[in-house]
Amino acid sequence: MKLKPLYLFIFAVLFPLNAYAVDVERVISPSGIEAWLVQDHSNPVVSVRFAFQGGSELDPEDKKGLANLAASTMDEGAGDIDSQAFQQILADQSITLRFEAGYDRFSGQVKTLTENADQAFDLLRLALTKPRFDAEPVARLKSQIISGIRASSEKPGKIAFNALYENLFPGHGYASDSDGSVESVEAITQADLKAFAETRLARGNLIVGVTGDVTPKQLGALLDKAFGSLPAKPNFTHQPETSAKAIGRLQVIDRKIPQSTIVFGHGGLKRDHPDYYAALVMNHIVGGGSFTSRLYEEVREKRGLAYSVGSSLYPMNLAGMIVGSAATENARVSETIDVIRAEWARMAAGEVSQQELDDAKTYVTGSFPLRFTSTDAIAQILVAMQVNDLGLDYLDKRNAYISSVTLEDVKRVAAEHLHPDLLDIIVVGRPAGIVPSH
Amino acid sequence: MSKALAIVISLFLVLIAAGNRAQAGVFNPHTFTLDNGMEVVVLPNHRAPVVLHMVWYKAGSTDEPKGKSGIAHLLEHLMFKGTPKFPNGEFSKRVAQHGGQENAFTSLDYTGYYQTVASDRLEMVMELEADRMTNLVLNAEDVATERAVVLEERNQRIENKPAARLNEKALQKLYPQGHPYGRPVIGWRDELAALTREDALSFYKTNYAPDNAILVVAGDVKVDDVKRLAERYYGPIAKAGVNKRPSIISLGDIQGGETVLRDPRVKQISWSENIIQPSLTNGDPTRVVALEILAELLGGGGTSRLYRALVIEQPLADSVGTYYDSSQRGDGRFVFYASPRPGVPLAQLTQAVRDEVQKLLDQGLKPDELEKIKKRMQADAIFSRDAMKTGAWTIGGVLAREHKIDDIEKWPERVMAVTEADVVNALKAVMAEPRRIVTKLLPADKVGDSQ
Repeated sequence: MKLKPLYLFIFAVLFPLNAYAVDVERVISPSGIEAWLVQDHSNPVVSVRFAFQGGSELDPEDKKGLANLAASTMDEGAGDIDSQAFQQILADQSITLRFEAGYDRFSGQVKTLTENADQAFDLLRLALTKPRFDAEPVARLKSQIISGIRASSEKPGKIAFNALYENLFPGHGYASDSDGSVESVEAITQADLKAFAETRLARGNLIVGVTGDVTPKQLGALLDKAFGSLPAKPNFTHQPETSAKAIGRLQVIDRKIPQSTIVFGHGGLKRDHPDYYAALVMNHIVGGGSFTSRLYEEVREKRGLAYSVGSSLYPMNLAGMIVGSAATENARVSETIDVIRAEWARMAAGEVSQQELDDAKTYVTGSFPLRFTSTDAIAQILVAMQVNDLGLDYLDKRNAYISSVTLEDVKRVAAEHLHPDLLDIIVVGRPAGIVPSH
Repeated sequence: MSKALAIVISLFLVLIAAGNRAQAGVFNPHTFTLDNGMEVVVLPNHRAPVVLHMVWYKAGSTDEPKGKSGIAHLLEHLMFKGTPKFPNGEFSKRVAQHGGQENAFTSLDYTGYYQTVASDRLEMVMELEADRMTNLVLNAEDVATERAVVLEERNQRIENKPAARLNEKALQKLYPQGHPYGRPVIGWRDELAALTREDALSFYKTNYAPDNAILVVAGDVKVDDVKRLAERYYGPIAKAGVNKRPSIISLGDIQGGETVLRDPRVKQISWSENIIQPSLTNGDPTRVVALEILAELLGGGGTSRLYRALVIEQPLADSVGTYYDSSQRGDGRFVFYASPRPGVPLAQLTQAVRDEVQKLLDQGLKPDELEKIKKRMQADAIFSRDAMKTGAWTIGGVLAREHKIDDIEKWPERVMAVTEADVVNALKAVMAEPRRIVTKLLPADKVGDSQ
């Protein structure tokens, strides 16, 4: 309970792995579907993660929340099996089958005992290719989602990040979160959901990672079973690339609460930028890790201003960002913001030592294998490696990418990509002595 | 060992396991006790070259002196400050320099510290953790700063969240008369603000000792290596003769009641009913497992009786469910909870919950209903072996709350032994229990509340 590090949405920072522990195999099914596999026969469990490129960024303006509602209802009946029967089979066979919508991808998970793998992949096929979207489950999930949206409208962190994204990406799919609004969710029809499934889910934009008690041959057959009847190509066009429009705003959103939530951010590097690894190390020094960053030291350890504080790279498909957050009592918001800005400026000015760099590199490389401790965690990493086009040998190369970062690299990247004067800041609460700008 | 021989042996082990399926445990831990009384649990798991090292102290917020609520948790924060050998936050710096991740946690019944590191760094973290078991140094300034951090943590976790404030009020009523479960782990604000360096050191000296601690090591390790290292680093620490903890089984005589919190920030109404039930401390194992099965079939997820009736069929609720916590050192709790769909009066929803309960009491279980849940729970035991950390957290938590490893390892066979009558009788006892609290989280404007 000491500190929950910031989970800035999902793919904030990916620590890939130290490969000697695991062998990644590329499996191509008889019909040509690719999956990356790490075999592990120590426990009779198979974990699957998959993703279709294209997420909530593609939701139509008046139907925001479409991908999210599809994710919530695709496991509520398919083929001849209605919602209750479908859920009952999953429960009786202890099969986890779920979907989720992110900005950039529509993703899913299957986790099953080996003995039920055939049935699990069969149910996945039905859900992907013959979802029913019956009136009852759609109405039920809409009601739950809308209740969630109403509740979120009073959650300081959610309010703050939504406002930040709205400011950074005006007019773009990234401006609003995957949930949509009460009105836009209500407007979604069964026909919209069917069209979603038909146009967005295809073999051509599919990525699969599998870990557990399955051989490549068995997996080949399972892949064909689940994904073989999907269309070859999806039918959509991505939104254009964009960039975060940070201009140094300081915006206060009034809520009668004792503690203010502060979020901040501006543009950053995308995952394929050649300086990405240097930026990763640089951010680790400023605001990453758990108990060692400069923000942690200055905001929490020295001044006791906040319980949680930190920053993360947030590379999305169409834009990169660096974002962070802190929470402090209303009276001390102004001081906290000053400290954050000062740390941004100090790093941007190139004030960083060889020792700090060395410590950051040993952490970022040494913590690399710690993520490989469950089948599902490994399956997620296999998907991320493919999403980011990192290559099958990435696990062997990754630490060398980190180790090769020099002090000059960190200074250069900090000067180019950290802009204290451009940081957009949102405060939710009743902060004292804050004068909003812009 | 030759590969062929290894295969023969492992086949033999598989056959033994298959032949004794009912006896097969969940995590199959290796356990031993050091001469100074420190319990040790080892859970080998060789998926990744990684080890999880944890030390659990049998001391949580329930062990705090009167008027010092929050001291167990504040001390947990202060444990990162330093010792003569590793001063000025050196602990976290070293762990990070070795690529390790770490954290700590405080609960009602225990406090724990853990690091995840490459398996060849086990010795490094063991040396650090053993050192701070008895050598902590604190200065007043560090304590004052950290107290401010914890007050912010309290803001973040409690004051800013209407549901958390309601929960705090309700627990005070459910566990009255100064019962330690009636006060929050993080502490009451005024008591927390007054805690001192001396309070922290006093709690530390009373509770932090090898004979009040459990070492749990999971991951890519050999049992003999852990034993050798534990004897080297934890072995020399003198036992403190820590007193046996007093029983905290509730003797309160409350006869029900209601706790309501209204707040303009509440956008979704929620209701719960919290009912005292036995825990593993004072419950017959069959009754405890029957309560777990009851919670699953009444309100465990999207195929449960309550969800089907109230969310899908009628439909009155956005969410509804039940859960049962058997793991506390004090009483267990059986909980019903629900959120109405917009416009549905709360009274109608709670009546529908009672109707479903009555239906189960009147008609008993459906054919196969119990068998399906038992099968699912057996699968849960297999899934629980998937992640390296699950066994460590589960067994550490059980031992720190004075329960037995058998309460985990024999769980699958206890599940199989439960009968329909056990489940129905468990429900009867839940409904008859007078120690219960209803909570309601409502918007300030009374919309949707017919009470």
